Amino acid sequence: MSKPVRTGGRAGGILAVFAVLAVFPLVLQNATVTTIAVDTLIFGAAAVAWNIFSGYSGYISLGHAVFFGTGAYTVGIAARAWQLTGDAVFALLPLAAAVAAGLAVPLGLIALRVRRHTFVVITIAFFFIAQLTATNLSVTGGSSGILAPSPNWDAATFNNPFYYTALALLAVTIAMSWLIRGSRFGLQLRAIRDDEDRAAGLGVRAMPVKLAAFVISAIVTGMAGGLWFYFIGQAIPQFAFDPLFDLSVVVMAFFGGLGTIWGPLLGALLIEPAQQWLTLQYTNEYLSEILLGALFLVVILGLPRGVIPTGAEKIAMLRARLRSARETAAAGGPERQRADPVREAGAPGAPARDTGASAREAGP
Amino acid sequence: MLRAEGVSKAFGGVQALRDCTVEVEQGTIAGLIGPNGSGKTTLFNIVTGYERVGGGEVYLGDRKITNLLPQRVFAAGIGRTFQLTRIFPRLTVMENMLVATQHTGSRRTRNPLARAGGRADRRRAAEVLEFTGIAGHSDALADTLSYGQRKLLELSYVLVADPAIVLLDEPAGGVNPSLIQHIADRIRELNAAGKTFLIVEHNMDFVMGLCGQVTVLDYGTVVAAGPPEIIRSDPRVLDAYLGIAEEDDDADAG
Amino acid sequence: MARQIYEAITDGILGGGVYALMAVGLTLIFGVLDIINIAQGILVVLGAYLSYVLSVHLHIDLFVGLLVTVPVMFVIGVAIQWLFIRPLRGRDRTSMSLLACYAVALIIEGILYRVFGPNYVVLNASYVTSSVHLFGFYLPDIYLYGFALAVACVAALYLLLYRTRFGRSVRATMQNQTAARLIGIDVNRVAAVTFGIGVAVTAVGGMMFGATSGGFNPNSGYDLISRLLAIIILGGLGSIGGALAAAVFMTTAEALVDIWSPDWAVVVFYVALVLVLTLRPSGLFGRSPVRAQ
Repeated sequence: MSKPVRTGGRAGGILAVFAVLAVFPLVLQNATVTTIAVDTLIFGAAAVAWNIFSGYSGYISLGHAVFFGTGAYTVGIAARAWQLTGDAVFALLPLAAAVAAGLAVPLGLIALRVRRHTFVVITIAFFFIAQLTATNLSVTGGSSGILAPSPNWDAATFNNPFYYTALALLAVTIAMSWLIRGSRFGLQLRAIRDDEDRAAGLGVRAMPVKLAAFVISAIVTGMAGGLWFYFIGQAIPQFAFDPLFDLSVVVMAFFGGLGTIWGPLLGALLIEPAQQWLTLQYTNEYLSEILLGALFLVVILGLPRGVIPTGAEKIAMLRARLRSARETAAAGGPERQRADPVREAGAPGAPARDTGASAREAGP
Repeated sequence: MLRAEGVSKAFGGVQALRDCTVEVEQGTIAGLIGPNGSGKTTLFNIVTGYERVGGGEVYLGDRKITNLLPQRVFAAGIGRTFQLTRIFPRLTVMENMLVATQHTGSRRTRNPLARAGGRADRRRAAEVLEFTGIAGHSDALADTLSYGQRKLLELSYVLVADPAIVLLDEPAGGVNPSLIQHIADRIRELNAAGKTFLIVEHNMDFVMGLCGQVTVLDYGTVVAAGPPEIIRSDPRVLDAYLGIAEEDDDADAG
Repeated sequence: MARQIYEAITDGILGGGVYALMAVGLTLIFGVLDIINIAQGILVVLGAYLSYVLSVHLHIDLFVGLLVTVPVMFVIGVAIQWLFIRPLRGRDRTSMSLLACYAVALIIEGILYRVFGPNYVVLNASYVTSSVHLFGFYLPDIYLYGFALAVACVAALYLLLYRTRFGRSVRATMQNQTAARLIGIDVNRVAAVTFGIGVAVTAVGGMMFGATSGGFNPNSGYDLISRLLAIIILGGLGSIGGALAAAVFMTTAEALVDIWSPDWAVVVFYVALVLVLTLRPSGLFGRSPVRAQ
């Protein structure tokens, strides 16, 4: 059909986007712009990573800041302990990944045993424990935190190493998200999201699958945190473990499309620059908090599946309408279609409103 | 082939099943009927591992399968549908099918990062979808299917795992007559090819026209078991279903 | 040492009474609407600020001011439920409701920051600093009054739930929403009013919190909500008795740990929470959520 053309076209589009992103800082040398860009890319990676777990499994985590902050502190502590500076600090990112993974396993084993409600609350609890621990321990510098070593490269292109590292992280994360979504692992995850008990009854091993997604997601988030730490130069408990981080990532993913590959990135590309711009314009950041919350409400109430799925659905409906109009004309009119019990059972796009809805109300 | 022997189950103060023995012979279509609350779905839940027994045993052939987890029961060859149809709404129809095949796929496709569903699995899934009649919606989200199509989807993904015996919980519930006919025909075809069925239903025409052996439950015990003609006129059965007219229309469901 | 322990226990019990009241509101909301109102923490802070405004700008006594703040918070609660929770539909309704509450919490926090700024404020009254000399201990007046008020409110709630027709509707809805609808209960109204009540108690909690916390600002909401969540999960979602028991237990435990190490005291809450959930996922007295997810 037109599938090969479409896939080819899509791949071309993706390459074009990344090409643009790659030359972006070389073309636009404005430091403010590239700073916002680095932030956006880091949040983009974090949002896509969050989606790999929460979007695909349906378990909403409001505690991913734990991994972000852990990554930040890991890089900070290691850099200080081993006296690393300059490019060598980037080599600590895999360490941040490993520590985040090591943390995610026990946390996941505890948290993933409970129902979704309670899961959200546990992630919040983990978040507070993490923030408290960072504030109280001396190795983490207490409430003053840790300073990053000063990078030793040229002021004019200062942001560039950060930019490209972030871009690489983002690209890898998107690739992972895409790979997972089309894979058997991803199918099991998404089945768990839709009906965990039924999926388990069909042989899906829920705990290992959920845990794997949780750990993968933590790894990327940890690396994003480590990079962010080096970029902004310090890790302080209330910023390394910031509830706004979780809210931002969640809004980005929801806005763009929860459970899609590109949705969270789209959300990040739109929301993060806006947030940063607002913080620059109005020095008190409380406005962005209010607007972010308001945006979230708008998305939840009005656009619950996010921009990408809703947009795709509208396009699909248009296409279907055009196609059925064409088919009806070709068949010489509606009467010519053979009586077919399955067809009479209902056409697609006409979901069972009555019985379906009341079945949902009654619950299993 | 499938035997529930002396099964009992209580929920708090309610005795849902009391020393219940139901046997399904291989290659038959068996029916399980009874008034609301008689314990039919509880029995299904126990057989398929969604509930633990309070007493008694369940056998599949020579193998004792009492209290096995649902996925073990499924792997042993017992498939089951639910009264409130359970599908995966945000997966496509094909993906719904692949969830059921993912535990049986070949060694290569067991690789978690491999594309979901190998070629063989997809082909088999497509065949089953063709058989049940919803192949045309293969790429549609299961959410968009109508009620009747969802029932067919659930039946399809249960079938694609090729179970030896299929337990259907009210397959004709809330479905229009021509679709009921369609479902009955499919069941008959599969049975002719060797598949065993145990069906819980309230639709008497459906049951009487399709099943070779019918068991009647009332208040958790078996009150009668036998071929449809005998059951139909058994006074204990009529007594259990108080208020049902003595003569049903002999509408041909067969 | 022993004296410290007795003091800690008394502080814990008295303080626990107030936390219990707020937690009961939260668990009631869960029981009826099946959602966790994450905004409860910041709503307590809002209640505290309302008391502050009445006290500082209008010179109204803290307890008298409750006559205003309680209805106001009730209305706010109903509004939140009506505007942001009720319209949510679909299979993810419970998760989305939780997120909606989260969003509302952030908005309220932002507004409080803009209106009041980040500086710490305190609620003051004569009885805040005075205390009663009893059995060789000094029991702060405010704690005694607050505890008495909390007990009165819980008693009132109990009467409402078990002695009125409305309360019967609430309990019916908690047990089975569909059945409740079928017998003619206006579930929407019950939901809205229950949410309102659950939030109204934060007015009382807020006043107490503001008077006893030694200083609060909009950021205090996080600490509060995490404690409240720990309490209701420990006590079991939907169990009012469990919330009471857990509240008193947790605050007492924290007061005791505080003797040895003030910094880590609050961690007691979370560690207890995590432990309980690992060993017994439905909490101490909990029942599973009505709709399994």
